[in-house]
Amino acid sequence: MIELRNVTIRAGNYRLEKISFRVEAGQYAAIMGVTGIGKTTILEAVCGLRRIESGNIFIGDIDVTHWSPADRKLGYVPQDLALFPTMTVREHLEFAMRLRRTVSQQREARVAELSKLLNITPLLNRKVAKLSGGEAQRVALGRALSFQPSALLLDEPLSALDSATRTAMQELLRDVNRQMGVAVLHITHNEQEAAAVSDVCIRLTRVQPHEALQITAAPTRRGYGEPG
Amino acid sequence: MAAPVDPLQPPTDAGKARPPKAGPTASVTPKRSSGASDAIFFIVMGGLSACFVLLILLLLAADLRFTTFADFQAALLKPEIQAAFRLTILTCTTAAILSLWVATPFGYLLSRYKFPGRWLIDTIVDIPMVLPPLVLGLSLLILFHLPFGDWKLESWLREDVGFPVTYRWPAVVLAQFSVSCAFAIRTMRVTFDQINPRAEDVARTLGCSRGQAFLQIALPQAWRGMLAAGTIAWARALGEFGPILVFAGSTRFKTEVLSTSVFLEFSVGQLDAAVAVSLLMVAMAVVVLLVLRGLGTGMAT
Repeated sequence: MIELRNVTIRAGNYRLEKISFRVEAGQYAAIMGVTGIGKTTILEAVCGLRRIESGNIFIGDIDVTHWSPADRKLGYVPQDLALFPTMTVREHLEFAMRLRRTVSQQREARVAELSKLLNITPLLNRKVAKLSGGEAQRVALGRALSFQPSALLLDEPLSALDSATRTAMQELLRDVNRQMGVAVLHITHNEQEAAAVSDVCIRLTRVQPHEALQITAAPTRRGYGEPG
Repeated sequence: MAAPVDPLQPPTDAGKARPPKAGPTASVTPKRSSGASDAIFFIVMGGLSACFVLLILLLLAADLRFTTFADFQAALLKPEIQAAFRLTILTCTTAAILSLWVATPFGYLLSRYKFPGRWLIDTIVDIPMVLPPLVLGLSLLILFHLPFGDWKLESWLREDVGFPVTYRWPAVVLAQFSVSCAFAIRTMRVTFDQINPRAEDVARTLGCSRGQAFLQIALPQAWRGMLAAGTIAWARALGEFGPILVFAGSTRFKTEVLSTSVFLEFSVGQLDAAVAVSLLMVAMAVVVLLVLRGLGTGMAT
């Protein structure tokens, strides 16, 4: 469960005020809004990379407002993916588990499981520099899932994909959400994508540049069709 | 020439009254220019650049022309020059390593964090680069010998710590370090500026502390920059002269480094030896520059 209560974030010379929404455990939420409205800023605030001015952020009923990003245990896939250039694909999947000193048997099992799920087993020993867009996105997703996070934060994770890969990835994300029961916050510009993956769509709108942000959450078609 | 008609614009009244003729508006046939302007561009830009390259080449040629191989060999066989060579290598390397130890965290802080007074820190780092070298040496000397009540830094180091600095080799290293560290910090800052901080952000969401993100994500990407910074620091230390002369003196076999050798030989009228040592330093500088080029960082400036 992720909840924002009256969160105000200052980012550069604009400000996002009184943001409140709630995403239940196991729920898949799409976040939509025009470019520059602050979707990425909100995601960064949720994972603790951006300090908020006021309000509270809850993860699973715990107030994590002042926690470090490391303690929040959220899987984050930023828009630019930000893979680690000096590491192989395997090292990406192992990274969070090494930090947690997971025993090597468990680690290997988890890497095998994830790489099979994401279809990146043949890439495990490659460096990330020459991966294609789709491969890189799956690695970033694998890295975010590797330590079994309580929620997944995705910033336009499918933007660089052709339509066939995109559909496959949408199904994959949906499966991950269903099988692992993690809450997902997924920023997208694509209505179809939002409808295909999400249970609920959180829309950010602002009529005038200086007016307060309006947030509306509505179940998507998919959300109606399936029990949450 | 008739004004070109924008096909995307809705037709105006004027357009209706006078429909565009097919003739002049459609004449956009490409015409090849003579290429004269390109030639002038390259002659002017290339000519000015060539002036500088020529100057440096002439300087080196003049040095080579002035001395003979026998002179060069004789100078290098002198025990005091050999001692100076050894001391130069040792002090430059020490200063470069110390610079790197300070410059890597410093460059990272400057690159990643905005903090109050950062502009001031940034400016202070530049001071050794713009300060006249003699002034820097004099300032070091004064700092070590300025009495604070009964207490003096140099006396304290000599009597209590047992490690006197002034007019000894540590003074050479400190004088070199004061300047070369500034250059190393600049290089490391540029290095970290070019590394995407998002990767460190993501590492922190995966469970890293800030320190772990620095050590495990940023540092492995920065090795090229660190080599470049170390090389630049080393090269700056090699060229250091003024502060060493003032703060460490130029005692033969004790604090004489190659740059002071040139001065010492020159001041006693041994021009041959001075030029021979100069050429040795040119050779060392060229090696360093080739190493830098080899790293392909392009951050030598």
